[in-house]
Amino acid sequence: MTHSVLPMPRGDQRLIWAAAAVGVGLAILPFVGSALVVDKLTYLFILIMFATMWNLLAGYAGLVSVGQQAFVGLGGYAMVRMVDAGLPPFPAIFIAALCTGVVAWVLSWFVLRMKAGEFAIATWVIAEAIRAMVSFDPIIQGETGTSVTALNAYAPEMRRLTIYLLALATAALMLWASWKLLQGRTGAQAQAIRDDEEAAASVGISTFQVKQRIYILASIGCAVAGTLWLASAITFQPRTSFGVQWSVFMLFMVLVGGIGTFIGPILGAVLFFALQEIFGDFGAWYLAGVGIVAILFALYLPNGIVGLWLDKGRDEPLSMRKRLQVKE
Amino acid sequence: MVEALIQGILLGGYYAVLAAGLSLMFGVVRFINLAHGDMAVLGAMIALWLVQGLGFGVGWAIMITLPVMAGLGWLMQRMIFERALRGGFLIPILTTIGLGAALQNGMFGLFGSETKSLGAYIGNLSWASWELPGGIFLGQLPVYMFLTAIVVLGALHLMLTRTAFGRAVRATASDADAAALCGIDPRRVHRGAAAIAVALAGLAGIFLALRAQVTPFAGPMLLIFAFEAVVIGGIGSLRGTLIGGIALGVAQTLGGLISPQFSILAGHVVFLAVLGWRMSQVAAADRGGWRSAWTALTTKRKMTRGKA
Repeated sequence: MTHSVLPMPRGDQRLIWAAAAVGVGLAILPFVGSALVVDKLTYLFILIMFATMWNLLAGYAGLVSVGQQAFVGLGGYAMVRMVDAGLPPFPAIFIAALCTGVVAWVLSWFVLRMKAGEFAIATWVIAEAIRAMVSFDPIIQGETGTSVTALNAYAPEMRRLTIYLLALATAALMLWASWKLLQGRTGAQAQAIRDDEEAAASVGISTFQVKQRIYILASIGCAVAGTLWLASAITFQPRTSFGVQWSVFMLFMVLVGGIGTFIGPILGAVLFFALQEIFGDFGAWYLAGVGIVAILFALYLPNGIVGLWLDKGRDEPLSMRKRLQVKE
Repeated sequence: MVEALIQGILLGGYYAVLAAGLSLMFGVVRFINLAHGDMAVLGAMIALWLVQGLGFGVGWAIMITLPVMAGLGWLMQRMIFERALRGGFLIPILTTIGLGAALQNGMFGLFGSETKSLGAYIGNLSWASWELPGGIFLGQLPVYMFLTAIVVLGALHLMLTRTAFGRAVRATASDADAAALCGIDPRRVHRGAAAIAVALAGLAGIFLALRAQVTPFAGPMLLIFAFEAVVIGGIGSLRGTLIGGIALGVAQTLGGLISPQFSILAGHVVFLAVLGWRMSQVAAADRGGWRSAWTALTTKRKMTRGKA
């Protein structure tokens, strides 16, 4: 009896072509669209990056972190420091994120040895500790924060367009990279660890290395998204950049879209973005509503929007599961 | 220095009350409530509303708030937590983070963002102090709060060890299914535990409102403090929680001697150090402990890897 892996379903292929077409359309859009649309879409791309990265961590590797804001803030801080040292801001966005990856590598030796609940809390406390340490830096001026004034050297239209295209390209790259990663060996290993760590270890997966790889990648991803956000917001404040709200947003988008699915976080990000556009003016009551929606999804629809689709007996779109055909 | 040490110990009583509820929920219900800090703020807000809005005395406000919080805890366990518990590890975290966001922003919408305090309603108690030999001033309010904390935790300890409900709680904590076989209804025990935990959170919130200010968004920080106290002291024992609370309080006041910002960071550092040390203990135990490793090295006996 032999088996072979079935090719990608027809529907998935169409979906990928459609996504590519949307990507090309979005790349042309800033040359015709208004400045407001460009700014909003930049934010949407950043949200998609956050959601994809958190899903990689929690959905595929089972690492439920409440401390990803550590990397959002650290990336921003590294960028502020680099621009202050004379580096041009746009390369600094990416170099800062890579530096954050080094910090994540160091932290991973500590946090990845923890059990689930400890991991969630410890990552949060580490983010708070890093925030406190960053606030000591005189350049940050404590809670006041500082601005990446070097960005003002560029013309506003030029800056807006560059950040938009960078965000679009990075989001596309991140989706492609996580697709490749999850389709490959690491993805299968990570899902095995998520489902049962001891069983995964018993079939020869070096669980620590796989978790470490995903943890560092997700941290760099969050740092890139964070620095891009900082580049569009310009002001760096420790309380905002290291705020736990980043992790809450990531969690909300992934949960509502469908945790552990490839397409879920993207849907979640789009939905969260739409909610913010429609109800954002209600301020605190809007955020309270977001909290209630999160409770309802967690209790009654834990597989999110994609779960609704699956409940009808349909296949998961863009699934990371391999489909095998058995031959007699 | 000595004054800071004494203040830290007294502060520890408040942290212990804050942490006891979290520890109880985790130990008995196996539920990590990430909205615990927000429940504390809610308790403070209810008491503040009773005092400022309806003109109750502070004592009466406390007497009313605590049963209300207990009822709320019972209700939340019944309506939300029980269902969330069926979803494994992830769903409780997601649910309580959502609950926290709803509570914070709901309180912000209802009560506004300005900081509030009960300090103005307790007469001269908020600044009165005793002078100890050596020129050390001891605030009366922190002492009373510390004594209250000891009494409350002591009563809780007695209840857990001496009463029928306490036995049911301990039985459910160690094995809910076996407890059910002995005629205990674990769901009722869980609801009771949740009621106590949320009432404790409310008491901690009132303590905070008495000694400092409260804002609707103070919850997450309180949650972190509670977790730190629980982990430093070790989960599952009230005495440990008290020791953990005192350790956290002392670390913060001693850190505060260097600079106000350093105060909270010192607490974080102690927490991470204790967590790291405890993990290394576990890892060492897995490998047979450093003592056995040392013996193996010195006697040059061959050891098999792993637990064997």
